[in-house]
Amino acid sequence: MTEPATTNRWDEASEGLLRELAPQVLGVVARRFGNFSSAEDAVQEAMLAAFKQWPQEGIPENPRGWLIRVALRRMTDTARSEIARRERETAMTPEAEPMIEPAEMEMDMDPEDTLVLLFMCCHPALSMPSAIALTLRAVGGLTTAEIANAFLVPEATMAQRISRAKQSIKASKVPFRLPNPQERRELLPAVLHVLYLIFSEGYLSSIGAHLQRLDLAREAIRLTRGARALLPEDAEIAGLLALMLLTDARRNARTGLSEELIPLDKQDRSLWDRAEIAEGKDLLTLALSQGTVGLYQLQAAISAVHDEATRADDTDWPQILALYELLQRVAPSPMVTLNQAIAVAMVHGPARGLEHLQTLDRDERLGSHYRLDAVRGHLFEKLGDLEKAIQHYRAAAARTTSLPEQNYLMMQAARLANLHGA
Amino acid sequence: MKYILMMNTMRAGAGVPTWPQADLQAHIAFMRGLNRDLKESGELVSAEGLSFPDQAHLVRAGKDGAPATDGVFPESKEFLAGFWIVDVDTPERAYAIAAGVSAAPGPGGKPLNMPIEVRPVMSAPPPEML
Repeated sequence: MTEPATTNRWDEASEGLLRELAPQVLGVVARRFGNFSSAEDAVQEAMLAAFKQWPQEGIPENPRGWLIRVALRRMTDTARSEIARRERETAMTPEAEPMIEPAEMEMDMDPEDTLVLLFMCCHPALSMPSAIALTLRAVGGLTTAEIANAFLVPEATMAQRISRAKQSIKASKVPFRLPNPQERRELLPAVLHVLYLIFSEGYLSSIGAHLQRLDLAREAIRLTRGARALLPEDAEIAGLLALMLLTDARRNARTGLSEELIPLDKQDRSLWDRAEIAEGKDLLTLALSQGTVGLYQLQAAISAVHDEATRADDTDWPQILALYELLQRVAPSPMVTLNQAIAVAMVHGPARGLEHLQTLDRDERLGSHYRLDAVRGHLFEKLGDLEKAIQHYRAAAARTTSLPEQNYLMMQAARLANLHGA
Repeated sequence: MKYILMMNTMRAGAGVPTWPQADLQAHIAFMRGLNRDLKESGELVSAEGLSFPDQAHLVRAGKDGAPATDGVFPESKEFLAGFWIVDVDTPERAYAIAAGVSAAPGPGGKPLNMPIEVRPVMSAPPPEML
């Protein structure tokens, strides 16, 4: 590298800078070459080179230019070997390759590129796992190895998932441009869903054996912050960001010393992150004043009511119940009914909560979901019917596919069996 | 969602299959192709074949916790021959892959229709209930 390197120390901020630059560089290269797929590969290689060199040699004076140049070289190398291959096959002289200056390309930078990429990678034409993987790499600036590690699959498998995602984009002819306002309204739910899934994956996998180096919850928050900065007028993005912050704030309280799950009402609330709660609440207030109330804003609002209570007993359950009723109207689902039943029980007593659950017995979407038994166990315990509670806790434990949750449910049954026998 | 696909086909005492060469080749090629397809679809987490049952030992803690090993019991009916762990979108997709494995060609190229046991791999907990 001819560029003079500065002697900045390599830290989290430098890594953040590098990831921030990834979609910007990709935007420039993809637009110039009109080939998103190979541009994305080239930028990934530039990122890998930077991750290798920058921590040792320092961050270049013009990091963006550096990345563009390396990605560009990679693109021309690929093009050259492609030309050479064709030449061998057809024995024709290739046209002179146009020289492009990275400096000139930098002027192509468009701040909206990151948004273009986000809409592209989260396009409904992609399967969910593909969209998640591609978003993390192309928009999030993560390496394939990091993403593979986060999802506990081999790197080669993740690489294939990403390349299939790009094939889907190509096959369904998703254009490299910002969707118009009408398209944006249609595509945004898919974008938010992908961001939400990345967040919940990260939130889930922060426990025990699944503890990972890469914090997907934090990545999701970062990506959603970025999306919000680009679409500040959208209330649902703000709602989603608020939901993430208000949920993430409880992270340190949700597991005990031996990594056992601690339910909300038993958590040590002094461990909740006050700054995250404050930011989430401010965002939510702003979002609610912005217009249409959506799914994420309502979930964030429910989360905020929980976060506001200093003790579990202080929880404003009537307000939570009202919010669930609203949520049931905006986005009805059996999961909402299930959670609503808990609020009903807290306001009107466990018998009414159990009654509320009866509507779910005929719901095939939920079927024999373990959550239904887990909630029933909880409500029968509140009712004082320990035998039934034990029965439902055990039924739930038998069907969950989460090990920490299975341990939790078995412990609940064992605790009640202890009381019951005594 | 991750699933394990278990192929429980080995019988104790049954060694290497004595199929004709062409049939064996077809079987091996089929299994290779299956793994390649799963890799290409971005669904393969791991795939392992296990040694024959005559290599198996049963281990228990003996006195002072020292390992006490025992050979294979000839009356054991089935042994795990191999397994795949796949990361798929739906349980139906896991069943479809398992059906593919089950149809691996045997002697005479006829599908073996082996039973493949499919079970979810336990994972991290879902978000807490609000």
